[in-house]
Amino acid sequence: MSSISGIEPVPPKPLVTAAQLSVALPVLAVLLASAIFAAFVALYGQNPATVFGLIVQGGFGSSFAWQDTLSRAAPLVLVGLAVAIPAQAGLVIIGGEGALVLGGLAGAVVTLPFAGAHAFPMQCLMLLAGALIGGLWFGLAGVLRQYRGVNETISSLLLSYIGIAVFHHLTEGMLRDPASLDKPSTHPIDPSYMLPTLPGVGVHAGLAVSLLLAIAVHVVLRYTRWGFALRVVGGSARVARMIGLAVNRWIIGASVVAGGMAGIAGAIEVAAVQGTANSSLIVGYGYSGILVAFLARHQPLAIVAVALLIGGMQASASLLQRRLGLPDATMLVFQGLIFVCVLVADAIAQQLRETTRR
Amino acid sequence: MTLKPVDRRSVLQMLAAAGSAPFVLKSTVAHAETPLTVGVLYSGSKQDYGFNQSHAQAAAALKKLPGIKVIEEERVPETIAAQRSMEGMIRQDGAQLILATSFGYFKPHVLEMAAKYPDVTFAHTGGVWTAGMPENIGTFYAYIFEAQYTSGIIAGHMTKSKKLGLVAAKPTPNLLRSINAFAIGARSVDPAIQVQVIFTGDWVLPVREAEATNTLVDQGADVIAAQVDSPKVVVETAEKRGVMSCGYHSSQAEVAPNGYLTGAEWNWITPYLVYAGSVRGGKKPEHYLRAGLGDHFVKNSPFGKLVTPEARAAAETARADLMGGTRVIYSGPLKDNKGNVVIPAGVMQSSNDRALDGINYLVEGIIGQV
Repeated sequence: MSSISGIEPVPPKPLVTAAQLSVALPVLAVLLASAIFAAFVALYGQNPATVFGLIVQGGFGSSFAWQDTLSRAAPLVLVGLAVAIPAQAGLVIIGGEGALVLGGLAGAVVTLPFAGAHAFPMQCLMLLAGALIGGLWFGLAGVLRQYRGVNETISSLLLSYIGIAVFHHLTEGMLRDPASLDKPSTHPIDPSYMLPTLPGVGVHAGLAVSLLLAIAVHVVLRYTRWGFALRVVGGSARVARMIGLAVNRWIIGASVVAGGMAGIAGAIEVAAVQGTANSSLIVGYGYSGILVAFLARHQPLAIVAVALLIGGMQASASLLQRRLGLPDATMLVFQGLIFVCVLVADAIAQQLRETTRR
Repeated sequence: MTLKPVDRRSVLQMLAAAGSAPFVLKSTVAHAETPLTVGVLYSGSKQDYGFNQSHAQAAAALKKLPGIKVIEEERVPETIAAQRSMEGMIRQDGAQLILATSFGYFKPHVLEMAAKYPDVTFAHTGGVWTAGMPENIGTFYAYIFEAQYTSGIIAGHMTKSKKLGLVAAKPTPNLLRSINAFAIGARSVDPAIQVQVIFTGDWVLPVREAEATNTLVDQGADVIAAQVDSPKVVVETAEKRGVMSCGYHSSQAEVAPNGYLTGAEWNWITPYLVYAGSVRGGKKPEHYLRAGLGDHFVKNSPFGKLVTPEARAAAETARADLMGGTRVIYSGPLKDNKGNVVIPAGVMQSSNDRALDGINYLVEGIIGQV
């Protein structure tokens, strides 16, 4: 807006650019969280230096530690994507757990009729089945939002509970292997159908699938019209309609793809680790995805980085318990601190951006 | 496949060989230069007043023994994390014996790790080793239903309303065996006694457990028993409502100083010592180790202050009979609660009978359904 006198006001030059800010603030936030955590462990009677040393050693200090970190991070990437994709369209979908367990169940039963087939098509079939069912589950939340005006956050959470209940009902009833006495499970999948271990890495192939999908999502969101359209829909549904985008289809489509990610995560858990579907699948991966996606600001590649960070922290939590006898909750405290600090930093960044814009 | 359940005598022999008494163990390990490192994994919190705590207590007892180093990890989910934790214990801490204490660790996690680390011994709670599985795996469990039977006798003596309540997680065979034993024990005192069971649907559902307890008390039950992962909430709620309670897994006497009668407790230190002994002795682990009251694999919590001398005496007699083998809990004729005969007259299924593995009924006198 030009001033009446005709003199263009010179905008004050910001101290740092927005890009610098978006990197610096999360880093500062993690440092602050670490400082608070250090004080916390000191209060607990532990030397913070030892604790941080063990965290680094346990998560990233050796090839064994990296293997540990990677195998714990693998499922987190996909559940993070399940939250991040709909977030582009302005949706907050938090029911990944339900889509994950149902996807896992689908993966566990889909190959049962085909004994002795070639492994590769069966592995693809398992992941596909997981993606379909997971996509269907999130799709419901998208449909409810667009056609019934139901808030997708609430509906996805409720659908998640329903999904878990359905999972229990089926694995303890119709789909139960009668031989699984005290741990009701589906019939085990053919061992030859299990996803192989990546040579040289020592982690199952699900990790590669997750990474490839993260890169694919990054490319699509960043460099294609689809990604742009999704962001327009997320920015303003009215504008999107005005420029001729079918908003309903974009919203529901994004939900389906996201649910597919969670479903694949479940199918990978079955096809690479468990070999059957049972209550061991319900460990809260879906909810961890919310943390991962928010910390990564819904950026697919950042999700990989955050998943590695959290995977590494879980790996080192294991070492902390064994070496120092610290309770398991110690690492949760650290994770919580990081989460809160990053959120606060995010809020500050937004405020700064608005002030500089004004 | 020759999987015969271990009888009492062989357990005693094993214990002797393992050096079950601490002083024996002391002498066997005193010569050892390096301590035996034992890694213990729990699926939940070590202070859950329940299943995990019963293991943590045994691990704490193990820790006190000379020549043994115990490393622990709690809240290890039954995912790849379980495998990674076991591997970390072995590779980062040099564990030679892994005690995997949750059902879900067995398949596939213990099986995978045991195949990968054939020199390490893995002992798993509740799994069933079968031929073809790695030789370095031992599976152990305890006949806790024998202790639950004794609890049933106490409850049967103490109830005035002749109605007992039981809050259970899921109708899995292992829980059904205990629920039935509780009812059989109580009804051996007075066949008019009825046991009402509510299944909450999952292992840890504190809110539903409290609701179930209240429902049972509202319907007239004056003793409440619990078979969930952490019976604390049930016992606490029963105490608040002024009724008596029976615990499970470990002692919950602390949260119900008035109404706690007794409870069925695991005594895991016994099998732990068997496996520590076999590692020390360089022997293959016992693949299928099961035992009950007689071999100190389970016990009852010390009787609460309300328990009458008469009830105490009856429980002691029952315990002696069970230990001596003169009393068998699952003896025919036994009917389920739909009127079908499940064990015909003259047939006895003693505690180590594998026919009980797949039990899927509730006995006569129990209100509830599988």
